Amino acid sequence: MADERTTGTARVKRGLAEMLRGGVIMDVVDAQQAKIAEDAGAVAVMALERVPSDIRRDGGVARMSDPSMIEGIQKAVTVPVMAKCRIGHFAEAQVLQALGVDYVDESEVLTPADEAHHVDKWRFTVPFVCGATNLGEALRRIGEGACLIRSKGEAGTGNIVEAVRHLRSILGDIERLKVGRSEERYAWAKELRAPVELVEEVAARGELPVPLFCAGGIATPADAALVMQLGAQSVFVGSGIFKSSDPSKRARAIVEATTHYEDADIVAKVSRGLGEAMRGEEIGTLDVKLAERGW
Amino acid sequence: MKVGVLALQGAFREHAEALAALGADVALVKRPEELDSVDAIVLPGGESTTIDKLLDSSELRAPLTRRLRDGLPAFATCAGLILCATEVIDGRTDQSPLGVLDLTVRRNGYGRQRESFEASLAVRGLADGDFPGIFIRAPVVERVGPDVEVLAEFDGVPVLGRAHDLWFASFHPELSGDLRLHQLFVNEVC
Repeated sequence: MADERTTGTARVKRGLAEMLRGGVIMDVVDAQQAKIAEDAGAVAVMALERVPSDIRRDGGVARMSDPSMIEGIQKAVTVPVMAKCRIGHFAEAQVLQALGVDYVDESEVLTPADEAHHVDKWRFTVPFVCGATNLGEALRRIGEGACLIRSKGEAGTGNIVEAVRHLRSILGDIERLKVGRSEERYAWAKELRAPVELVEEVAARGELPVPLFCAGGIATPADAALVMQLGAQSVFVGSGIFKSSDPSKRARAIVEATTHYEDADIVAKVSRGLGEAMRGEEIGTLDVKLAERGW
Repeated sequence: MKVGVLALQGAFREHAEALAALGADVALVKRPEELDSVDAIVLPGGESTTIDKLLDSSELRAPLTRRLRDGLPAFATCAGLILCATEVIDGRTDQSPLGVLDLTVRRNGYGRQRESFEASLAVRGLADGDFPGIFIRAPVVERVGPDVEVLAEFDGVPVLGRAHDLWFASFHPELSGDLRLHQLFVNEVC
């Protein structure tokens, strides 16, 4: 008789996020890009049909990727494969779980499917990552069962300013919560629109109960070093790699800068001669701010 | 006695916290000079292909291999176990394990994240009951060499063991909140 095993526990789901710490998760649109990402040292790849900057340019409704495209990427690499579902679209999430993806990103980069509700993530064996712009949003997602939070930034812009704002907001509020008096936590919970039990847990631990990664606008090794020093534990890089002139070299450089983020000599060394970074956009000129999606 | 934790990528913080809670003098290791000063090392879980590449770019591969060959006590968990093995099946073709631990592992042998699991493990010589095993995209040990002493099995497969002072686990004791295996390692090697 086989020994007893229990799948889908919180420790198992959050545990994979712990294994991704100090690493780079790269957006890829086909098997060839996935190989380049893995060759460069990505800890995981995010399979999607268009990188955020193309979604932004093309407009229209952005949906879950074609399963055959996701399966092609699963066959091409040995690292974990993540894929995105629309906010609130639990049927897309069910499909991704059935495909055996290792993490589902309930993502504002795709067009939301529900204007009031996110997916009830506790019902799934596969773990979920969700975006957040502030502590309240992060705690609401964790309350719904997210096992990993990424600060949203503004995807597809190659502009780090929003990622920095969101990280500082989340981590700054955690610091303030930590030093506050116990009776203040009820007011925090009300203001953050978050469960008081989670507010108590954050105050006691001095950090989120799940890992906090950074996404949305990372385009250079120094960008990665910046957000890691601010307190992110890993980085997601979307358009920043494959919209640059030398994706393979830039990907390797961002991997090294993420590991050695406190060592400016190494960040300087890997930043040399990377060619053109993605062009990037001013936040003020955008028609659509993806970070405003999600509730 | 200083215990290093290889901190290139992965769950190094949890190992460092577990060791510090036991009163060990802990140092994170990212560079060759940081390796020089440690008397034991933990090789944590993470993504083995990523750590494999970072060993080269950080110029740690040669000195780490040399010190492990010279008998530096080590505790290798999950990806750390893959790094130490003499043979890796289903890895990347350019993945080059350090070959300091005579066993064969199959990468992601228990399946994808969906199949990751928890299980109670009976550990030889460990007091106070079973140990909570957390297996995350874990490697399967398919063969162990004659010098390997197996300390726990799951479904008849070795999941915890040691070859002299090189300890290995295919699961994650650092995520369990149970410090007994770290305590055992520290007691034996320090």
